[in-house]
Order: sequence, then structure tokens, then C-alpha cells
Amino acid sequence: MKTTLSLRDLTRQCAVSLRILPVTVFICSGLYTVIILLIAQFVPYTSSGSLIRSETGEIIGSELIGQQFKQPKYFWPRPSAVSWNAASAGGSNLSPASSGMRQKTEKLLAPFALQRGDKVPADLVTASGSGLDPHISFAAATFQVARVAQTRGLSINQVMAVINNPASGTVTIPLLNEPLVNVLQLNRSLDRLQK
Amino acid sequence: MLLLFFLVLIVPALLSWPLGLAMTRLIDPPGGSLYGRWTEGILRKTGGEAVVVEQDWKRYLISMMTFNLVMFAFVTIVLALQQWMPLNPDGKGPLEASLIFNTVASFVTNTNLQHYSGEVAMSYFSQLFGLMWLQFVSAATGIAALAALARALSGKKTVGNFYSDLLRTTFFVLLPLALFFAMLLLAGGVPMTMDGAAVAHTLEHANQTIARGPIAGMEAIKQLGTNGGGWFGPNSAHPFENPSFFTNILECMSIVLIPMASVWMFGRITGRMGDAVVIFSVMMALLVFKAGAALWLEGAPATALSGLPIETVSNLEGKELRFGPTAGALWAAVTTATSNGSVNCMHDSLNPLTGLVPLAGMWLNVVFGGVGVGLINMFMFIIVGVFICGMMVGRTPEYFGRKVETPEMTLALLALLVHPALILGGTALFAATPLGAATVGNSGAHGFTEILYEFSSAAANNGSGFAGLGNSSMPWNIATGIVMLLARYIPIILPLAIAGSLAAKKPVPVTTGTLRTNTLLFGLIILGSVVFIGALLFLPVAVLGPVADHLTATLH
Repeated sequence: MKTTLSLRDLTRQCAVSLRILPVTVFICSGLYTVIILLIAQFVPYTSSGSLIRSETGEIIGSELIGQQFKQPKYFWPRPSAVSWNAASAGGSNLSPASSGMRQKTEKLLAPFALQRGDKVPADLVTASGSGLDPHISFAAATFQVARVAQTRGLSINQVMAVINNPASGTVTIPLLNEPLVNVLQLNRSLDRLQK
Repeated sequence: MLLLFFLVLIVPALLSWPLGLAMTRLIDPPGGSLYGRWTEGILRKTGGEAVVVEQDWKRYLISMMTFNLVMFAFVTIVLALQQWMPLNPDGKGPLEASLIFNTVASFVTNTNLQHYSGEVAMSYFSQLFGLMWLQFVSAATGIAALAALARALSGKKTVGNFYSDLLRTTFFVLLPLALFFAMLLLAGGVPMTMDGAAVAHTLEHANQTIARGPIAGMEAIKQLGTNGGGWFGPNSAHPFENPSFFTNILECMSIVLIPMASVWMFGRITGRMGDAVVIFSVMMALLVFKAGAALWLEGAPATALSGLPIETVSNLEGKELRFGPTAGALWAAVTTATSNGSVNCMHDSLNPLTGLVPLAGMWLNVVFGGVGVGLINMFMFIIVGVFICGMMVGRTPEYFGRKVETPEMTLALLALLVHPALILGGTALFAATPLGAATVGNSGAHGFTEILYEFSSAAANNGSGFAGLGNSSMPWNIATGIVMLLARYIPIILPLAIAGSLAAKKPVPVTTGTLRTNTLLFGLIILGSVVFIGALLFLPVAVLGPVADHLTATLH
């Protein structure tokens, strides 16, 4: 079959494409979004970003988004390459075999005031992919218990009880031997305990 | 761990069978069926007679290119006018011209390479009416092209109608699937709101601005359509795009679902399911090998931490805890086997040798590949395999009952060589000049790998990145923009030309001397073609990049 093409053919093709364009935009971008937005009304908490509010109704963060904690009375989160900037997230993008990575890690070890023989759980000195990882490992939480308990004037058992309380955002991950701890929720539980 | 493997690889494989059947019925309905006549009526009303009339392969391609040009123009306008458009609660400003070119080229070609961070640069209007719209229609373009190729190979002189295929794929395959998947994501905790960023007053009395938006909808089609362009900079590593272990499994499964189903659709339209089984098995074997290699290599601890007072576990840099320790490597293998390109961990921070797995996936670009186009790429390797077999027995090679001769082979080799030429040429230029050398985020061999990865990702229409690279400069925007466009359209146009040329030939009768393409032996031959051609083309750069990186780190 011979295909002959004229300019008229091409303009007709353009005309057809231009007729299809608004239909697909209306349905794929408009209608599709509206339907999902309507269904999202059934899950208002998560669909608006799992925001946690204080008793006065002020937003104190999101359950899903890590925030900075550097005071000794709080459990510390994983390091963030973007300083917990939830409006511009990201990782360190350092090669795990580079000298840059080693220097960064040595700096991150400093605040832990390690005794001889101590070993820091790896998640406490490695930056997460988003810089907003809301969790630390259970080991990373127990590693910090002594500091938190001492600063707050609580016993280690009292702090452990808060960690083990499901209200503190502890989640079990399948295939993982130990649960993860949500840092913001845990710290909030501690603050509430001592109010 | 085996369970994870099963969930992410085997479950989609099982689901792909019924989906492939459904896709065939929905995109290529048998003449006279109720659905066929009903949709034809709707299509005629939407676009007139030109949307339903049968086209030969050339007219089909012209329609495809015209519509893709219109896609390009429309979204260029949307992005260029961003600051004056509605749905911009956070007041995003204008975008730089070369970034607009790069972004539009990226989303039109189903690549979704992102030289911007969505939450920083894009308004809700740009994300929804520009980028997400392209995620639907660019995926549909790829699937349509495969349907046309399959019809031509089944010996038809006409290959269907591009607009029919595009609209049926968009409205009856992608849209329902994406809606369903978006529901699951909503249930899993992904936000969907038109409100602007929330400002939190943290426990330590700092202010934290939390970007959000109508994420669930885009997340669904991003994963299903092998797009990969996320709402946020860190993509599916971001807790709002991927809040939990379960959403991570779901998203990882959805990456490979339609690419797998595309193989069955090809088998059904051509009427050669035996061949589809062989192709599927070859792809599956490569995918399992890649995923296994990534899991094994990423289990090693980061070498930069050795000797420091840190518990020794697998490399956690750039990973999120909630997905579990092995999820990053598995996702990295799957997202680059298909041309999805979404990430759930930072690929730049993978162990050096693990980085070779996504690179190899993009170099071969046939392990299920992009929706539709992955199989079109594989078709080139099949033609080469058929040709080699023909040479070995001294017969004119045949495929699907048609003789494969010089014109077809010329086109096939041309199509095969475009991909490495773009990757190696681009990498050489940028690594040797300050264009690329001044932009790397890590030094030495790892920096070279960043440049190599960027061009591989652009040429494979993948879109993932070694994100340490400072790729938002004008030279990067223009170079990768051009690479993405060439690497998208040439490997669609040339294979369709081959199929059209085959369809125009007289069928040759099947004899005892005919090479059977639906056998295990032929499966091994295409596996060999893929692996050996890939190795010949890319082993040298693999040694210069990831291998050298690994050796410098481990040998002191």
C-alpha cells in the first residue's frame, strides 16, 4: 500500500489531536482528581497529611514526617541531609564508599559521647532517603534511654514503658525482628507524661 | 525475604495473565463486539471519523507523532505560564526555560527524569494538568505502539488507529487501574488534599513547613504507567508518597504489572502465545537474576563506616526504615528493569557494585521495560537472534512466517545502536568537559558513574537518577532533553517500519527447516543476544564506573 501525504492530511491530524486534547485533559486530570478527592473525604486525617495537633489545636507536626530533636531530653531521630526541611526533602547522596561519607559519619558520632566499646545503631548515623524518616529502630531507642531518663529525672523502666506503649507509635515491620519507633509520637508521649 | 521476592515478582506475574487478556479485549476488541461498537461510537463523537478509520503503519506513526507534538506544546504552555495559573496555594514562581524543555521532554517520552523537586518548583496545576496528564497519555502512547507492532507482525496491512488505541488504553485500561490503585494508596495513608503546605510548630519550638498536595492520584499512575516522576524530590522514599511497609509492597508490585501484561497482549494480538511465553520467561529470568544480585550486593555494610563504633548492618544510607532493609535493592532492580525510574532509596548511596544493577537494567532496557516499548525493544533483539540463527544454518532468516532481509536488518541494527551511542557519546562528552565534570556530587569513579547513570537513565527513558549530580544546569537540561526525545521515538519508529516491511511480504510456508521461535532453544538464543550485545557495548564503562569505584574502596 502506498501512503501519500499531503499538507492537508497533516493539518487534519493536528485538528484531530487538538480535539482529543481537551477531552483527555478533562477526564485524566480533572475528573480523576475530583473523584479521588471526594473519596479522600472518608479518610480526612491521612488525606490531609496525618497532622498531629496539640491540645490547643496547633499543628505540631505530621505522624509521617520526621522533625528535628537535638535537646537531650528528647529521643533523637535519624540524621537528615536537608535539616528536616519538609518543603524540600532529600538524601545525602554520598557514596557509602567515599571519604565524604566517613567524615560526615565521624561528625554525627560526636554528640553521642561514646564510652569505650559502645556501638551506635547504624540508623542513628545514616541519613535517610527523604531526610524525613519518622522512625528509628527499637535498638536506636533503647540506646538513648539512659540519656533521656537522666535528663528528665525518670527511671529507665519508666521511659521503657513509654516506648513499649502502643500509643507512642511503635510499629512492627514484617520480616524485621524488631519494631520501629515513631520519634515524634514517642517524644510527645514523654512530654505528656511529665506535664 | 523469600516472601518479599514472591510478593514483588511472582504476584504481579500471576496478575499479568488476566490483565493481559483484559488489555487485549479492551484495546483491540474483536470486530462486532458490543464493547467495540459502543466505544467506537464514543470515539467517533469525540474526534470524528479520523479517530476510528484503519491506518497503515506510516499513517499510524504520523498520528502518533502529531499527538505527541501536541502533548509537548500543551504542557510547555502549562509550565511556562505556571505563575499565572490557578491551584497554586504555595505561590510557586516561574520555571527556567531549559528546565521547562527538559521536564516536558521527560514526561512526554514517559521518562520522568526530574531536574527539579516537585514540592519546591511545581504548582498543583502544573503537577495535575501538565505532568500527571502526560503520565496517562505517554504510557498510552507506548502501549498503542506495541498494539500496532503486534498487528503488523500478525500480517495485517493496516495496524489499527492510533487515536482509537490511545483513547481506549487511557480511558479503559489506565484510568480504572489507577483509580483502584489510588484507593489502596488512600487507605495506606497517602495524602490527597488541595490545601497548601501545613506549617507545624514543632516540640522544640521550630517551624516546619510540610509540603503536601493531591498526591495519591499522581502516585498511582506514576507507578502503573512506568512513569516514575514523583510528587516530591525523593520520590517514593518520601513518607507522603510511600507511608508504610504495605504501600511500599503495593507500589513495587505495580511497577512491573503492566509491562508484564504487555507481553501477553502481544501474544494474543499476534496469535502466538507460545512466543509470548518464551519472551516472558527470558525477561523473568533476567529480572530474577537482577533482583537477586541487588539483594545480595546491598546486604554488605557501607565500607566507609568500617572501623567506626557503629553496629554492622546492611548499608542504610539513603534508605527509609519502614520499608525493611531489603526493600531498596529490590525496588532498584525492578524500577530499572522496567523503565519506571521511581525510587524508594537514594541510588547514589547504593553500594558501588549494587549501582551496577540498575545501570545494567537501563543498558539492556528489555527486562519487561517501559509499558509497551519494552517489548518493542525486545523485538529488535529477537530479529538479531533470528538473523544469527539463519546465518548458522545458511537459510534466509524468517520471523512469524516472513523473510527477514537486508532492509529489516539495517533498521534493526540502527535501532539497537541508537541507545548505546546516546549513552556513551553523552557520557564521554560530559565526563571529559566541565559540562559534567564540574557538576558531580562525589569524586573519582563514583562521580563518573553519576554522569553515566544520568545519560543511561535518559536514553532508557527511565528517569531515575544518581541524585548527587548537579543536573539542573542548562547544558544538562538540553543534552538529556534531546537524548530522551531521540531515545523514545527512534526505537518506536524503526521497529514499526520493520514490522510494516515484513507485513508487506508474502508469507513463506512453514517447513521442517523453519526456525521455531516458540521453543526453549530460541529463548536461550534471545537471552544470549541480549546479554552478549549488552556486555559488548557496556562492559568498558561498567569497569570505569562502578567496578573501579568498588575496587578503590575495598583495596587499600
